[in-house]
Amino acid sequence: MEGDFAVAESGRLRRRINIQMLSNLKIGDYVVVHAGFAIEKIDPRRARQNLRLIHEIY
Amino acid sequence: MKYIDEFRNKRLVSEASRKIRTIKVSGPINIMEVCGTHTMSFFKFGLTKLLPERFRLISGPGCPVCVSGPDYIDKAIAYSKMKGVIIATFSDMLRVPGSSLTLERQRCEGADIRSVYSPLEAVKIAQDNPQDKVIFLGVGFETTAPVVGLTILEAKKMKLENLLFFSSLKLIPPAMGCLLKDRQVNIQGFLCPGHVSSIIGTIEYEFIPRHHRIGCCVCGFEPLDMMQGINNLLEQIVTGRPRVSNQYLRLVRRQGNKRAQRIIEAVFTKRDSTWRGMGRIADSGLKIRKRFSDFDAEVIMPLKIKEKRDLRYSQCRCPDVLKGILRPSDCPLFSRDCTPLSPYGPCMVSSEGACNVYYKYR
Repeated sequence: MEGDFAVAESGRLRRRINIQMLSNLKIGDYVVVHAGFAIEKIDPRRARQNLRLIHEIY
Repeated sequence: MKYIDEFRNKRLVSEASRKIRTIKVSGPINIMEVCGTHTMSFFKFGLTKLLPERFRLISGPGCPVCVSGPDYIDKAIAYSKMKGVIIATFSDMLRVPGSSLTLERQRCEGADIRSVYSPLEAVKIAQDNPQDKVIFLGVGFETTAPVVGLTILEAKKMKLENLLFFSSLKLIPPAMGCLLKDRQVNIQGFLCPGHVSSIIGTIEYEFIPRHHRIGCCVCGFEPLDMMQGINNLLEQIVTGRPRVSNQYLRLVRRQGNKRAQRIIEAVFTKRDSTWRGMGRIADSGLKIRKRFSDFDAEVIMPLKIKEKRDLRYSQCRCPDVLKGILRPSDCPLFSRDCTPLSPYGPCMVSSEGACNVYYKYR
């Protein structure tokens, strides 16, 4: 991470992305990237809640 | 956790399919997946075959390339014909037909049209070509708006004098509202776009159950996300209690991304916008604010274009496909005259267009 930019990795692809739209990012966070910009961070706590709800139904 | 594999668990997907099949409803149910990425994912993962026949998935107006009107393409083509102009655009715009031509065709004729992955690349092109004017085609929804907005802010900071933006940015909720007022459209539930919602939040859809009594579910793009989203909507339909539910918990919050919303608000203002197939919808587009007019192609290089109609495209039923009135395969041109290699309408051009997806996966 450096200023408004960071390097994001997806599979073997590495790309410099803009992170101005997000606050409190740290190395190792997962983000959704759209047209070279990180638009939102994936919330690990809510992801577990997501999975828990799926497991409860099925 | 990688946030992908966990949501592709085959056993759970079949279990979800079994559960959906047990839900008893009277008559056929139409669910509109508003976003083109949902359309593509449903087919790519083969989920359409896991749903009972009576649940019909209808593709909505959520592919930005598909809903850009022919007049917008005509203007982009007119810009590309001007001396000393470079057009920078996302690549799917190249093959979308205007009233008679495409940007791709124009490029073959010698126009300088470059496809970019991000508007930031347009900044680089402008820096590298100070003698030319670079026009970025700002096409997209609420996910793309802050991205273009930030690029405009950056261009202003850099005092770039040769970069302009031609905005056709559009807003999804007003289009959904417009669809619900159309008597030909018959929808019982909306699967709402995940990434647009990460920006605007679920709050923006709340008028739909409140005023139209139609349920909404904001949904992710993995197989389990989508199956759970359908399950959720069917439960809303069966119980007769429409609401806005959020399946995409890990990414979407009720209030959305406030920072991104502030960027949109700072750079753009709402205006009426023309959608292919749906006509003019009030307050459904974004115009660049006056204080950034130095970067607005429509202000700096205004164009008047005469509307032309090419008979070749008159049979194209994209407008009805975009509203969910017709399935792609019901169009007389589908797969016979209109194919991804030789598309008549925008829905066959874009990889997220309903016709393109049907052609590829059916």
